[in-house]
Amino acid sequence: MAGNENKAASDLSFNEAPTVIEEDFEVAEDVAANESTLPADMPLTRSDTDIKNILIQVKDHKPALQTSSVPILAASGLCKSFGGLRAVDDAKLEVAQGSITGLIGPNGAGKTTFFNLLSNFIQSDRGRVIFDGEPIQHLQPHQIAQMGMVRTFQVARVLSRLSVMENMILGAQKQTGENFWNVWLQPKQVILEEKQQRERAIAILESVGLAHMAGAYAGALSGGQRKLLEMARALMTDPKLILLDEPAAGVNPTLINQICDRIVTWNREGMTFLIIEHNMDVIMSLCDRVWVLAEGRNLADGTPAEIQKNTQVLEAYLG
Amino acid sequence: MVGYLVFLAISTGIAALFSLGLNLQWGYTGLINFGHVAFMTVGAYTTVLLALKGVPLIIAVPLGAGLAALLGLLIGLSTLRLREDYLAIVTIGVSEVIRLIVLNEEWLTRGTFGVQGFPLPLATWSPNLLMRLMMIALLTLIAGLTFWRMWQWFSKQLQQGKREGGFPVGSLILGIASSLLGLAVYVAGVMALYDYTYKAGLMVLLLLVLTVIFWQMERLARSPWGRVLKAIREDEEVAKALGKNVFWYKLQSLMLGGAIAGIAGSFYAWQQTSVYPDDFIPLTTFEAWTIVVLGGAGNNVGTVLGAIIFWAYNTVTRFVLPALLPFDDARLGAFRVMVIGLLLMVLMVARPQGILGKKEELTLGR
Ligand SMILES: Nc1ncnc2c1ncn2[C@@H]1O[C@H](COP(=O)(O)OP(=O)(O)O)[C@@H](O)[C@H]1O
Ligand SMILES: [Mg+2]
Repeated sequence: MAGNENKAASDLSFNEAPTVIEEDFEVAEDVAANESTLPADMPLTRSDTDIKNILIQVKDHKPALQTSSVPILAASGLCKSFGGLRAVDDAKLEVAQGSITGLIGPNGAGKTTFFNLLSNFIQSDRGRVIFDGEPIQHLQPHQIAQMGMVRTFQVARVLSRLSVMENMILGAQKQTGENFWNVWLQPKQVILEEKQQRERAIAILESVGLAHMAGAYAGALSGGQRKLLEMARALMTDPKLILLDEPAAGVNPTLINQICDRIVTWNREGMTFLIIEHNMDVIMSLCDRVWVLAEGRNLADGTPAEIQKNTQVLEAYLG
Repeated sequence: MVGYLVFLAISTGIAALFSLGLNLQWGYTGLINFGHVAFMTVGAYTTVLLALKGVPLIIAVPLGAGLAALLGLLIGLSTLRLREDYLAIVTIGVSEVIRLIVLNEEWLTRGTFGVQGFPLPLATWSPNLLMRLMMIALLTLIAGLTFWRMWQWFSKQLQQGKREGGFPVGSLILGIASSLLGLAVYVAGVMALYDYTYKAGLMVLLLLVLTVIFWQMERLARSPWGRVLKAIREDEEVAKALGKNVFWYKLQSLMLGGAIAGIAGSFYAWQQTSVYPDDFIPLTTFEAWTIVVLGGAGNNVGTVLGAIIFWAYNTVTRFVLPALLPFDDARLGAFRVMVIGLLLMVLMVARPQGILGKKEELTLGR
């Protein structure tokens, strides 16, 4: 991997065209599944300008964040070892209410593991996670989701043999008909809710441009469309915070554009995001605040501009 | 002939009921249950032993189903938190343990001597002409519903065939064959009901229970509850990430499927009018697996059709093979199992999604 250094360096400089990064084998797989047949090193110029234009506009219109408010998510002292490997080592992170917060770091820095610890898909060895004012590290993953923190996966996971619509409605919370007895006891209510959720789902699907696929099997979607469906499905849960694990990885430029556009719109409507991403343009222009992880530890945090100037961060990417 | 067709209808009904329980667990939820017969054992023995103690059947059967569900709860609590292959190992172990308990706890189950002479439903009943005609009407209704459902399926196949520019010959043959068989069973059923016998009454009762349970399973499968099960089958991490209590839903599926198998056990005991530990060997579980895989997992219609095909195959080979092959009974039995295994392999190669499974689903990436 001789080209790795150059690649990483170019990611940090805002003005150079980024490349599609082959992050690890999982992502490589996703690229293969994707409709994009662009060579990996082809500059994505057109989409870059598009994204920047959208994002610059958005930044200008965005109301100033109340930085004084209590963060919606605060994790501190998180540790996780896999055998001898300390994947996450005493790391902390805060997400302000209403923000788009970025989490970056070189490959294997422990970002995905960090997500798994936040959502308790993996039990942490040590540390505290406070979400919406309550400690959550003792809760089951589904309880955390019910509280309003929903996560997506690095390699988009859809329910293949269910329709896109069914994938969406599954996301809805507190459904009467998901209780066994209510199927018989409250059939009218169940039907009514189904109808309402269907309408909600169609509206969200339309906003991500997947409405025409509503009846298709989710397994028939392309890699990029799966990422969109996963985001849309997360939104169906009516969450307070959405964790996105590399929403733009292995996605073609047009769709990256669309994904960013969605994130920005939803954020403007009040949704808070925590995003792991490798596409630096996306991170630097979307995020209000960026946290950098390297070898499982906090390396830096600050505004995108501060992070870009941080020599430590640059070194970590080159090292 | 009439007697045999009624026997065939009851056997098919029991197999269908039993397999519907497995289809809920495996076809809809993705739980690998290799010990399904355990639920049937519990249901059968509970029903007959309680009935012998004078408990009315209307109470004994639900209690049997309840105990089977409780067994499902215990199995689930002890294994569902582990990796999924553990469930397969534990269930097959549990089913053997249950059989060995039944074999050895003679004070309770009379061991190898089996239990006979227990009360049977509708056995001492001698209905008058009006009652018999009403039962015939009920049978006609059930038969009508079945044919209607089959016709729906067939016309869908026909449309799809048209779209793909071919004629669904296989579906046609299958449709005609099972229609003829169904017609024969229906006529035999009417005749048997007219000269009322215990087995005829049992058949109507079973078909009634099967229809109701089938209908409710279809309803559940289409409900939000069923959607969560299917989501768990597809990818339980996603279900968790969307706030579903995966463990609890798996438990429910295991318990409900177990209860249905328990009811199938009651009917099995009533059909045999005796129960022995040897009736509940693991082979019974794998017959249900054959039926579910044959029809197409996650498809209740397919499961019922699978049961019909399985028993039609059983019957045909029982009467036709002895005329063709110079084998003794034991070898013929083994040969028939071999052939069905072979047929299953051919099916898996030619149509891995099962007879009623959807072909499109095979081409989907994960
Ligand atoms: N389940 C696991 N078992 C063992 N090692 C793991 C596991 N998950 C991640 N790791 C290791 O932990 C490190 C961090 O991985 P990850 O969190 O996926 O990094 P990132 O998402 O930042 O690229 C890597 O070295 C990876 O190999
Ligand atoms: Mg990762």
